[in-house]
Amino acid sequence: MSETEVETKPEPAGSHSHVPGSFQQILKLTRAQFQEYLSSRRFVILLGIVAMIGLIITVVIGAFHDRAFLQALVSSPLAFYGSFWGGAASFVIVLSAVFFGGDAIAGEFQNKTGYFLMGLPIRRTTIYVGKYIAALLASICVLIVFFLIILANGVYYFGGDALPWQFGPSLLLSIIYLVAVLSTTFLFSSLFKTSAYGFVLTAVLFIIGFSLLQDVVQSILDYQPWMVISYASSAIGGVFGTATDPCTGAVINTINWGLNGIYGIPGGPAARAGCPATGGPREALLSGPTWTPGIAEAVVIMVGYFVITSIVGLLSFEREEFA
Amino acid sequence: MTGPSIECVQLTKNFGTFTALSRLDLKLEGAKCVGFLGPNGAGKTTALKMLTDMIFPSSGECFINGINVREERKKALAEAGVLIESPEIYPSLTPRQALEMVCDLRGVPPEHRRDRIEEVLSEVKMQDWVDKRFGKFSKGMKQRINIAAALVHDPGVVILDEPATGLDPRGMAEVRDIVRGLKRRNRLIFMSSHILQEVTDVCDEVALIDKGKLLFYDTLSNVTSKFADGAPTIDVGLSRPLGDEKVLKQVEGLTGVTSCVLLEPKRLRLKFKGGPTAQEQLLASLVELKIGVITLSEPESALEEIYLKQISKGD
Repeated sequence: MSETEVETKPEPAGSHSHVPGSFQQILKLTRAQFQEYLSSRRFVILLGIVAMIGLIITVVIGAFHDRAFLQALVSSPLAFYGSFWGGAASFVIVLSAVFFGGDAIAGEFQNKTGYFLMGLPIRRTTIYVGKYIAALLASICVLIVFFLIILANGVYYFGGDALPWQFGPSLLLSIIYLVAVLSTTFLFSSLFKTSAYGFVLTAVLFIIGFSLLQDVVQSILDYQPWMVISYASSAIGGVFGTATDPCTGAVINTINWGLNGIYGIPGGPAARAGCPATGGPREALLSGPTWTPGIAEAVVIMVGYFVITSIVGLLSFEREEFA
Repeated sequence: MTGPSIECVQLTKNFGTFTALSRLDLKLEGAKCVGFLGPNGAGKTTALKMLTDMIFPSSGECFINGINVREERKKALAEAGVLIESPEIYPSLTPRQALEMVCDLRGVPPEHRRDRIEEVLSEVKMQDWVDKRFGKFSKGMKQRINIAAALVHDPGVVILDEPATGLDPRGMAEVRDIVRGLKRRNRLIFMSSHILQEVTDVCDEVALIDKGKLLFYDTLSNVTSKFADGAPTIDVGLSRPLGDEKVLKQVEGLTGVTSCVLLEPKRLRLKFKGGPTAQEQLLASLVELKIGVITLSEPESALEEIYLKQISKGD
């Protein structure tokens, strides 16, 4: 480097810069992080997995839609979308949240990318929120891809006019669920400084842990599992107002908009009473979920998770040291 | 408007029962370069991380330009350029994108952004890599971009933690040039380093810590005169080999000179009596001799000698 390349006259330092407000910084960081996510290998892998899930659903429906076990599900648009979108969207959401949130904060420590950001005049909260929104947007992109695959199948079998209005609220619920799941994965990620721990813990919890906990609470303890986030996810399919009676196999059209969950299948205790298979908690554990959340109840659970995990996650990151 | 400043007041950091830094009091003011020396684990990086709010003090406070870093992180770091622990940059970004993000978050106006980015990339000799992704960069290349990121907003205070880490000899020399350039522009540079030659070359003052405690903080010349066997030492670089014994005798005969050794044909080491005034007179006399004086520097070995002496005292 030659001596002539550097300025020799004193000049006021940083005279042109004016650090933007935190909100502006969140937007700028979100944009940069979102670009980073979109061009990352994990985004491509996740899209591949989601496309694979969509392909499997498409092939299974195409090959077996006239078989007894699928007939009820493809008998009406409501049953179709309720089953295939409502059933699989929560899995795609969990997968996205684990992929983008599992190591979002822990990775900043392990990969030392956090040291780059921490040298800037930016609050820890801004980094956390910016990364969260970017992960949310990336997850929404993945969810939209899955939505389009299911929609294409639905349009093929029922036509474009048969799209039920319930798809709107269901999509909204799936976004709220994504918001909650992602904030929970961010919380777990903020507790660790090693990517693998955050990634594995969130994957195990969301893919196995919460479902198991839900079964234990409702089936063994015989208690409504309102405290388990995966319980709320059944509202994504529940809003289509269809459920298959475990006793008769009949599709029941009922939407429970309320704040209270229903024990048994939609239709209430009367429907359950007519089912000889529904006995004690042990039988229920084998026959699947016995509580169905009301839509409002599910929203409250999701929002509750979001608020609590966001506050705890932010506090945790505020106290985290880049040692 | 006061000049740039960095201040640590009774700064202490404990990790469990281990005290990494103990009651560090240090005040740096004005445009200069201060070298922060100490062996591995002495507490240098711990102090710099507290100065930049990456870790939190167990007790004590630190300030940048008089602003409490812990209480007003954003304001305090707004005028500081920081490079701590050779950070990684997101692998899918290019240097241009990374520096644009930094400019964005620091509020460098869009009309100045392009020029500043090109300027700093040229300073760190990375202009040819501006649109390549970081994923393919070597450690040294990443470090150059980290330095660029620390300087892109033209900060008044620059905090560098071993900036030459991962750089080849040419890169190290370039870092020294960058630091000299910052000094000429009236910046305050606080730089930790293991490389004593680097500190001797570019620093005006030096702070030495060991086992979490500050051993001394003074100007380089005061340090050498205080701690090195009482006689200040300077190395004189010449443009041509020193002719004969007669010239050497002339140098030895200059006022204040106590010894003169020809280290290499073009390099002399002088020991002399007195403080900065004596040194000033001596340098003027040397130039008057017309022996081709081109450089005057504190010898690395003097600092090294002091460094080792002071560190071993604590063992």
